[in-house]
Amino acid sequence: MSALDPVTFAILAGRLEQVADEMDATLYRSAFNPIIAEARDACHGLYHATTGATLVQGAKGLPIFVGAMAFAVKAVIDKVAEGAGIEPGDTFIFNDPYAGGTHLNDFRLVRPLIRQGRIFAWLASVGHWLDIGGNVPGGYNPQATECFQEGVLIPPVKLFRAGVLQQDIVDILQANTRLPRSNWGDLNGQLNALDLGEKRFHALIDEYGDDVVTAALDAASARADALMRQNIAALPDGRYSFEDYLDNDGIVDERLTIALDLTIAGDTMTLDFSRSSPPCRGPVNIARSTAVACCYVALKHVFTAVPANAGCLNPISFDIPETTFLGVSAPRPVAGYTETILRMIGVVFGALAKADPARATAAPFGTINALSIAGHRPGGERWVMFSFFGGGLGGNPLSDGLNHANNPISTATIPPAEILEASYPVMFTQWALRPDSAGAGEHRGGFGAVYEIEILSPGGADISLLGERGRYAPFGVGGGGPAALNTFTWDSDDGPRTAPMASKVTGVRLKQGQRLRLETPGGGGWGDPARRSPDAIARDIRQELVSPGAAATMTKVSAA
Amino acid sequence: MSPHRTLVGVDVGGTFTDLAFFDEATRSFRTAKAPSNRGDEAVGFIEGLKRLGSIAGLGAIIHGTTVGTNALLERKGARIGLITTPGFRDALEMRRRDRPHTWGLWGDFTPIASREMRLEVPERTLADGTIRTAVDLAAVEAACRRLLDAGAEALAIVFINAYANPANERAAYDAARAVWPNPHVAHSAQILPEIREFERTSTTALNAYLQPVVASYLTRLEAGLEAEAFSGSFHIVQSNGGVMSTATARKFPVRTALSGPAAGVIAAAAIAGAAGYPDIVTADLGGTSFDVSLVAGGEASLAAQTTIDFGMVVRTPMIEITTIGAGGGSIAHVDAGGMLAVGPESAGSRPGPVAYGQGNTRPTLTDANIVLGRINADKPIGGKLARLDVEAARAAILKSIGEPLGLGAEAAAEAVIHVANARMAGAIRLVSIERGHDPARFTAVPFGGGGALHVGALIRDVGLRSALVPRYPGITSALGCIMADIRHDQVMTVNLMLDSVDAGALDARMIEAGQQAHAVVATSGLSMERIDITYELDMHYQGQTHTVAVPLPVTLAGTASTGISPAIIRKAFERAYAEAFSRLLPGIPVRIVNLRTAAIGRRPPFDLKALAPSADSTREAAQRGSRKVWFDGGWHQASIWDRLALPVDAEVEGPAILEQPDATTVIDPGLSARVDAFGNLIVERCR
Repeated sequence: MSALDPVTFAILAGRLEQVADEMDATLYRSAFNPIIAEARDACHGLYHATTGATLVQGAKGLPIFVGAMAFAVKAVIDKVAEGAGIEPGDTFIFNDPYAGGTHLNDFRLVRPLIRQGRIFAWLASVGHWLDIGGNVPGGYNPQATECFQEGVLIPPVKLFRAGVLQQDIVDILQANTRLPRSNWGDLNGQLNALDLGEKRFHALIDEYGDDVVTAALDAASARADALMRQNIAALPDGRYSFEDYLDNDGIVDERLTIALDLTIAGDTMTLDFSRSSPPCRGPVNIARSTAVACCYVALKHVFTAVPANAGCLNPISFDIPETTFLGVSAPRPVAGYTETILRMIGVVFGALAKADPARATAAPFGTINALSIAGHRPGGERWVMFSFFGGGLGGNPLSDGLNHANNPISTATIPPAEILEASYPVMFTQWALRPDSAGAGEHRGGFGAVYEIEILSPGGADISLLGERGRYAPFGVGGGGPAALNTFTWDSDDGPRTAPMASKVTGVRLKQGQRLRLETPGGGGWGDPARRSPDAIARDIRQELVSPGAAATMTKVSAA
Repeated sequence: MSPHRTLVGVDVGGTFTDLAFFDEATRSFRTAKAPSNRGDEAVGFIEGLKRLGSIAGLGAIIHGTTVGTNALLERKGARIGLITTPGFRDALEMRRRDRPHTWGLWGDFTPIASREMRLEVPERTLADGTIRTAVDLAAVEAACRRLLDAGAEALAIVFINAYANPANERAAYDAARAVWPNPHVAHSAQILPEIREFERTSTTALNAYLQPVVASYLTRLEAGLEAEAFSGSFHIVQSNGGVMSTATARKFPVRTALSGPAAGVIAAAAIAGAAGYPDIVTADLGGTSFDVSLVAGGEASLAAQTTIDFGMVVRTPMIEITTIGAGGGSIAHVDAGGMLAVGPESAGSRPGPVAYGQGNTRPTLTDANIVLGRINADKPIGGKLARLDVEAARAAILKSIGEPLGLGAEAAAEAVIHVANARMAGAIRLVSIERGHDPARFTAVPFGGGGALHVGALIRDVGLRSALVPRYPGITSALGCIMADIRHDQVMTVNLMLDSVDAGALDARMIEAGQQAHAVVATSGLSMERIDITYELDMHYQGQTHTVAVPLPVTLAGTASTGISPAIIRKAFERAYAEAFSRLLPGIPVRIVNLRTAAIGRRPPFDLKALAPSADSTREAAQRGSRKVWFDGGWHQASIWDRLALPVDAEVEGPAILEQPDATTVIDPGLSARVDAFGNLIVERCR
């Protein structure tokens, strides 16, 4: 088994990742819905034969899936062991969020890579499907109290048996969505990616030999473990606590606390979330697997050089009890999981900022703003425009925060306004940066955005939004200030309206010609605003991104 | 057209300006070289031309330029103004909501037009082309004046949905031209009438950003040429590998973004094609990067867009060049997790490799080649250094690589080369295997100085058929300038459903676009055998956002119909889709998004035999003895050859090193090299 020399290892590490990259690219190009094709809400990789642990992941895969997929593959391994069995040509499909994380929209396909009659590893593909039934088109039902209101839940079942497509299952899927064609297209895109990955991995393993590839995968895991330990060991031992809040769960208007006690001891780290709020009625609960996956995302953003495989989690232990809303099981609603994990990631940044102020990053805007606008075309055909929106990133030691960026859990690009206008009867009247939305600091946060949309459809449209940060702003670090809050307003016959739950609302009906307006937070500021360079302040004012009044307030705050 | 002419290709690089001279009457080639003058490229340009004789007598000059590329990379374009639709002032800065890196949230973005230089005017066009609000021309005028007062040198006008109906943009353009004091004004439908506002805004703005820079450069060159009484025609190579007039280059400077490298790919394709190798992968190993490009059946692959830097997208057809951060100056290191890596950090050309003795102490790929005897330390390429410091390179590799991995200096250097080769092989796989091409059909063609050091190993790593080292790798781009066809590309978004397409109306649009493109090429002033019109559609199943490129098997002859029909389109689409993905989706409607039209003026073929070695050269006279070179875990006695002195049909078996002033070719054991009738080296596995 001394088959692996350092050169072969270096070469294989790159080649294995190239296959996963190619699987990602195949799905992006052939997917139907813009959430995958443009926003890249998908991920592919190779997973351990018996544990499901992540072995190889594409460099561009959606960060949150990088952490969650291992749990998904483990769910299939368990199902096989429980009696489902496995044979060549089988492919499982499922979207069970309690067995593998995230929410119902994310469909996972898992297929064994069989070598000499044995499972060498698992291939998996996950992609966000546009609509899976439920009360709200697009699935982000902000008022769900059970997962049954969020859409159809498919446990791990065989979509292919020995290479034969099980049409019955496709029929069930198609009958439970408002957009069967889109889902069918995405399913085929994911199958394209699996076919390609299977072919490429086989060719690569044929070339190097099963033992050598296995040894390289083991070495990659050991390397990630070692790198993570070095990073942790460089932090001072101690206990660092940080808390942040969700506005509410969409049902009960009370804040939810995410409390983290982060302990560094030598080269190990403990993330203890047990002081967090209990499970909630609305859809911002998450399963434990999702919670672990998002901590992984947070750490990977801080320790960027650690490779994306399961080894990097070895030195980390988690305390995420079922008594918190971060470790729930069925049928607690989870559709709004994105909001919770974004806050968790921020809390990890906040605690690490205390451990290592020199590498601190202020809070990113921290909300996905899942906005669904739906109606019927004159011919009766249903349309659903569903998208996520951007905001500012946090100030950091290197620079001001990036303006209008995506969330840390994602590498998603936003569909162009022109694509949206060509596809749906809407018109954007604002697609712009939002002045005065960034947290003050020596390096201020990035600016959020203003999206204002007019309904062109003669029949009007139904609106729902699941967002956050309506009451608790993205925080600054090292003396930096908070960013602006998220706001959502819409026209009604009685004048402008806002949501009672801040950024969560459903059942809003707009008529043709009426508008909605979403203003997203910027990022928090980094460092004392009094230390900001006068040139930078003058530039922000000249660019009309900071109003002179706001600039004066910032200075006063910092001078005080 | 004139009966015979003399042509000169000029490639201005960072260090040298290379020139290739061709006389159509005598079919003879000559080359020249002059130092480049960074910042005033016109000086080296004229100086180089003079070395070829009288400038006044030249028929045509064709230029591959990096002035546009450098202005983009160094952010040294003009101060520009942007006029937009209300609510879209920030389109350029909003980007596509991306970030620079998947992992890590640091870093920001500075757009090329600062926010106070981006103004909105009342107007609105809907997605179906309906004008909802006519443009307010007084507001356009006022905006122009404000931008001029703020120092704008060029203006871009970008309105939402102008791809569907450019009327508001055109009206604004006319109004702006009336008050703008220079010709540097463009609207987006002129530059890129294609859906996606960020890509269109970015391309139009970058065009404006380059306009004054490229125009003033061309003016300086033209003044210099005029002073030498030059009376021929003057052309620029575009990123798509075709030639355009300087008038077109002034209008569309963004099309020069990859002018220099594109010319190199064109020449590599022509040289290899003439030698009987129509399927190639070009390999250009520079100081900091490795660039590859695929040519299949003699045709270079084109990409629809490229990203110059984070948030700087240029969307115009250009030769698809894939770049990875692995060059001669790339630094090799063992990371904290114990893995050997080469690049992406680079020592560049200054301070350069450890062996250059200019202060760098971290070993580079070039250092590994020096330690193993592959590069001749006594005869450095480029001629600026007298000698390379082998011992310093060896010590650096031993310390940084050998000690952490438990390897000796030579084994460590070989490991560095293997890992670098693997990265280069990955780039070649990306453009070949990943695009569905069988690498066993392809030949690697290195150009520039460094590629020939590694190309033999790449044959084995990727499973390529062979490698072809052009006789003068260093002047490939200059040669490409005089070989390149004349080309003009156009795109328009049409958004038609295939099921209900009006073939007559589409035909009329195709004829009109074909005639427009034809006219641009026909007036170029260079000799052509014929002008080909090609059509391509961007298509997808309804609901998809990405498209597949669907080449149509129809062309344009005069004003007659192209003969297009829905059946032809469907067949072409299904073929292209099946090639790209494994599954067709019967029953789902198919949509035509864009029509792409290209006019290509085919140049007369060049007889590359003019480059061949002279008849009196002999294999014996080319021999330069031997030296120790490390391969496959041990020292070998490698034969050394003066590459240019080798006669046609000479064969050299590896291990061998072939040296020439601008390149070193390494023949690994198990490979052999043969000089073909054109003077190219063909490297293959020994039979």
